[in-house]
Amino acid sequence: MKRTIPLLITFAVGLILIIAMFIPHDPFFDMDRNFSIFYDVIAVFAFILGGGNLLRVHLDKVYQKRRDWKYSIVTLTGFFLMLLAGLFKIGVQSTLQNGVVIGHWAGDFQGTGSLFKYLYDCTFQPLQSTMFALLAFFVASASYRAFRAKTIEASILLVAAFVILIRPTPLGYYLTFWLPDPLKFLTISNLSTWILAVPNMVGQRAIMIGIALGIVSTSLRLILGIERGYLGGE
Amino acid sequence: MTGRANLLAILIIALAIPAMALAEAAVVDETGQSIAPVELPLPPSDLRVYDSPSDHGGSVSLSWRRSPDDGAGRGLVTGYQILRSDIPEGGFVEVGRTLKGIETFTDKQEVTNGKRYYYRIAAVSAGGLSAEVAAGPVIASQQWFNKKRANLLVVACILVVAIVYYIYLGAKGRDLYIRRIAGLEAVGEAVGRATEMGRPVLFIPGIQDMDNVQTVAGITILGEIAKMTAQYETRLEVPVSRSIVMSTGRETVRQAYLEAGRPDLYSDDMVHYITDEQFGYVAAVDGIMVRERPAACFYLGAFFAESLILAETGSSIGAIQVAGTAMPTQIPFFVAACDYTLIGEELFAASAYLSKDKKMLGSIKGQDAGKAIAAAFIVVGVALVTLATLTGNDVIGEAGAWIKNLFALRM
Repeated sequence: MKRTIPLLITFAVGLILIIAMFIPHDPFFDMDRNFSIFYDVIAVFAFILGGGNLLRVHLDKVYQKRRDWKYSIVTLTGFFLMLLAGLFKIGVQSTLQNGVVIGHWAGDFQGTGSLFKYLYDCTFQPLQSTMFALLAFFVASASYRAFRAKTIEASILLVAAFVILIRPTPLGYYLTFWLPDPLKFLTISNLSTWILAVPNMVGQRAIMIGIALGIVSTSLRLILGIERGYLGGE
Repeated sequence: MTGRANLLAILIIALAIPAMALAEAAVVDETGQSIAPVELPLPPSDLRVYDSPSDHGGSVSLSWRRSPDDGAGRGLVTGYQILRSDIPEGGFVEVGRTLKGIETFTDKQEVTNGKRYYYRIAAVSAGGLSAEVAAGPVIASQQWFNKKRANLLVVACILVVAIVYYIYLGAKGRDLYIRRIAGLEAVGEAVGRATEMGRPVLFIPGIQDMDNVQTVAGITILGEIAKMTAQYETRLEVPVSRSIVMSTGRETVRQAYLEAGRPDLYSDDMVHYITDEQFGYVAAVDGIMVRERPAACFYLGAFFAESLILAETGSSIGAIQVAGTAMPTQIPFFVAACDYTLIGEELFAASAYLSKDKKMLGSIKGQDAGKAIAAAFIVVGVALVTLATLTGNDVIGEAGAWIKNLFALRM
């Protein structure tokens, strides 16, 4: 029973949403968007589970002083600081809008002057940007390892990657700008455009066709109840 | 003639001169330039109004034949004005304008379903409007079938029939050949390596929620990997980015350990929540990798920019990495940085491939049949379009266009 009811729900909802794609009449119109909103609402409540789990894991680590427990203090401090700053709207000013005074508690917790916004802008955003900036170095290190001319295919990949990477740089211009008109198609700029527009696009489209078919197959397995691994046990 | 007649003649002449001056002033502007007389265009014709097909209502479509002065004749027309009213006698208000040369218009401006509307249309020129052409009444309504997606329904039915047929063959016990997928063959090898080294296995099911089919695929693969880690008594760690994924992952892993006969080894802490934030999550996972030093890392699900950060960190700690995603932009990063990569459809085939269940293998075969059908249409379509370009034959060109439209998605 524990598995039968979820399977029936999956089948019914899956079938209705597929049918809704072809029926613009009410109540099927926009049904997929509405179900998506329903899911988001459930996910927000489910955050209590995730947040609770995070607290339990780190509090347990601090209490038992397991390895690296000091990092858990940082995590818990950040968690409670942001939670309290947002929940109690610390620093939110009263404002006047259309002749009506909007008090502290009715104000936006991310409004100007709020502690939440200050912490978000001054700590979270720079940290986020730092992680994103790591990508530049990781691209370099991954390229260094991946682009080795050991086989013919790897050599072609290396040349193509070189052309694409060098295109936006001054060197990319100066390397081939001198080519005569009949050979202009060999300039770095034109070659790069051709690589992205033709062979790259071919590969991407082939992958996307495969992905679409894979999604159809997986969805059918889920709707028909053949794939049940996500349900857990009896 | 007497002096009286002379006086009358002089009077007439005196009055005529200003009248002539005034007559001349009527056809010149203030600078003294002559103004051409105003010309109005001929009206459009054959105005047809009808409920817009295959929609949710709230829309009326109009079509007409262009004014003879539009692009031909006197070339006066600059556009068309569309007017609407609830009653045929009057009260018409403008609901839209089109440019010249256009013969259709769709009115979506606060059209109420079930209400009668009347329309008028006039050609617009620099000198003014033509006479109006009227049509109506028309009632907007919702339709029960979107004919614009009929081709999609046909294609979907063909795919579903192919997949269900092969599932049926699999259920009957027929052996179905599935090609070897290197990344999936390496899963056992990766878990075995972690067991020998005494280090944990790290599994990342992507950073999207359970409403994403890639996450569902990742979680089902997690079940298969969890069975292996249960059998080999290898530690498994699954940090997740979404709360519902945490709950589902726990159920999946618990069931896997139960089926492997090792429920004693299962712990809820194996699957734990980090944060919803993309880079906060990847920072935490990187920290886990550097501290715990897993010997095998699996990245199976939906990823974005963090994919390369994860893969490079995994490479730096010497872990064997198996990745799989259906995000075309991230596949190259995984191919460059990981030992094995499941590309697109291979991710969706993984759970069936690992389980060796015949019905699920049948669905992979059906997926391949769908790909064969798509490839056949691509080859035929490319051949037709190429031939049409080379020969200039209209019939071949139309055949190629028909095939192209067969797979076009019209919203």
